[in-house]
Amino acid sequence: MNLPAPKLTVSEREPVALRDRAMDNLRFIRETMERSASFTHVSGSGGVAMGLIALTASTFASRPEVPGTWLGTWMGAAVLSFSVAILMMARKSRAAGVPLLTGPGRRFAWSVTPPMAAGGVLTVALVQSGLLHLLPGMWLLLYGTSVVTGGSFSVRPVPMMGVAFMLVGVAALLSPPGWGDAYMAAGFGGLHIVFGIVIWRKHGG
Amino acid sequence: MAADSGALRRTSDHGSPDTPPLGAVRGQPADPGPLDLDRIIHERVRLGIVSALAVNGSLTFTDLRDLLGTTDGNLSAHARRLEDAGYVACSKSFDGRTPRTEYELTGRGRRELDAYLDHMEAIIDATRE
Repeated sequence: MNLPAPKLTVSEREPVALRDRAMDNLRFIRETMERSASFTHVSGSGGVAMGLIALTASTFASRPEVPGTWLGTWMGAAVLSFSVAILMMARKSRAAGVPLLTGPGRRFAWSVTPPMAAGGVLTVALVQSGLLHLLPGMWLLLYGTSVVTGGSFSVRPVPMMGVAFMLVGVAALLSPPGWGDAYMAAGFGGLHIVFGIVIWRKHGG
Repeated sequence: MAADSGALRRTSDHGSPDTPPLGAVRGQPADPGPLDLDRIIHERVRLGIVSALAVNGSLTFTDLRDLLGTTDGNLSAHARRLEDAGYVACSKSFDGRTPRTEYELTGRGRRELDAYLDHMEAIIDATRE
């Protein structure tokens, strides 16, 4: 049976149009806020924890009695540090009630990743070539690069920390090979702790 | 950006070429309707300015222009309107020899944005099927 098509009146259509407009406006507000906000979930206390891990690693790394200890210690410290950093960022973003990977957070993650990936590839290449003495300078330089690039979406102390890491990395690359652990302790230990405290006090978490 | 949507580019009751009329939405005719909306905040560029300032302590003229993808003249006109209404405060200074204009949201601006958000949510609740 063919029923006549219902005739829509203005008053019947209006609630739908009104809701669409309201939702469109709310979406626009949310997107503008996300786009304009700095990524503030870099955790200060996480930075301090990363620094303490690095200082501990530096005391174990250069024990000559066990072969392979140096590389293994620093790789283990790196994995532990990144896990702590991600955990603390997730905790800070949860406390702020903002998902970690939206807007500036996503851009931060995308910017940090390429220099880190390059560091991973160079680590394999330098280890295979037996050029382990270049690793501290390269790690510090590329970690600093990733913090600078990611930091452009974050609060000011973050890119400043990246620049400091890059400078320590350059100094390590230009110094005698035996100084590597001292630069690792100064960079991954000292800079993380100092800037971690600054971020903690100024931007929370 | 939603403000760049062609469907939203219509002439408004405020006289700005980039201003969508109250109630304009994709595929729908412009209709002032019975809404008692805050027309100062409802316009897209001004809504963008207020939203961006709500999550940042302050933003420069250049920050806002780049963020909202608008022109100097358009941003200037809309920011002036918000300033006249007491929603944003503007401070001018010099960064070396370069003039620097900075905006921040006033208490009134924040209250009006909150009221606008409540209004939008109320519309959505009231028209829920």
